[in-house]
Amino acid sequence: MTISPDNVVYWQYGPFQLNATLVFTWVVMALLTIGSWLITRRLSTGTELSRWQNLLEVVVTGIRDQIEDVSHQRAGRYLPFIGTLFLFIIISNLLNMVPGFSPPTGSLSTTTALALCVFVAVPLYGIAREGPLEYLRHYIRPTPLMLPFNLIGEISRTVALAVRLYGNIMSGTVIVGILLSLTPFFFPVVMQLLGLITGVIQAYIFAVLAMVYIASATSARRQTENAEAAEETDEDRSSD
Amino acid sequence: METYALIGMMSVVTAGLTIAIGSVGPALGEGRAVAQAMSAIAQQPDESGTITRTLFVGLAMIESTAIYCFVVAMILIFANPFWDAVAPVAGG
Repeated sequence: MTISPDNVVYWQYGPFQLNATLVFTWVVMALLTIGSWLITRRLSTGTELSRWQNLLEVVVTGIRDQIEDVSHQRAGRYLPFIGTLFLFIIISNLLNMVPGFSPPTGSLSTTTALALCVFVAVPLYGIAREGPLEYLRHYIRPTPLMLPFNLIGEISRTVALAVRLYGNIMSGTVIVGILLSLTPFFFPVVMQLLGLITGVIQAYIFAVLAMVYIASATSARRQTENAEAAEETDEDRSSD
Repeated sequence: METYALIGMMSVVTAGLTIAIGSVGPALGEGRAVAQAMSAIAQQPDESGTITRTLFVGLAMIESTAIYCFVVAMILIFANPFWDAVAPVAGG
């Protein structure tokens, strides 16, 4: 039994290995790209919708509403990034049901790559919204004493994102593998169903956590403005 | 050979202990969180959307400690780094 699809090598040329993680990542990417291309090829703006356009509209507006709920900001700038993360993870987790498919999210390299995307995207969005100085000042708030803790927190939450997704998906695969050798017929199916729930929840959580991190980096100015306004009103009151 | 068997034994015992202890704490914490969320929803049914979302995010945070323990146990059993160090000595 392998605990990572990285170890399944299909083809090798020199130092380059074509392993199962790469193959199935490309399968998921192709599925998403071709699927959306086929659906968005002929969109209608009238009252007559195809059922696939309806599905896509439900997904996109659902993600948009969730982003606005979490961040209290307009979703437009975050929708491509968060939506891509969510769709990629949920499709690869759900395709776990297909026999022969090993989910790319069950490999630590894929989840580390996704977590690194979030790690890079948080300062990018923060700087784009607030400017570099204002974003960096974020690290010495409330006092400069907190600087090392903020830095450690930045790194540890990236590690936590990667290991959480990897551990959840890998545990599903491993438990089904162990149960297959003990009670072959019924219980693996039950655990697969549990894996479906876990997969959907983990995809949701990965996207929501990414959005929470980005929102906390982009909302600092608004909070300080509110705090300053509150202090001013306090001073006004005390002077009165 | 002695070292090899010792490392194997310790790995299996430690993996069991890791899962056993590492699952108790998060289970208690998650039970508490869900119970609190249930009573919060019962008191304020209108806010159930926000409460549920916060609950899921919080549960994922709590659960990640259990997942760390699981990953460590899996590493100890299936990808133990110490076996590789000892295996050539034991084979020779």
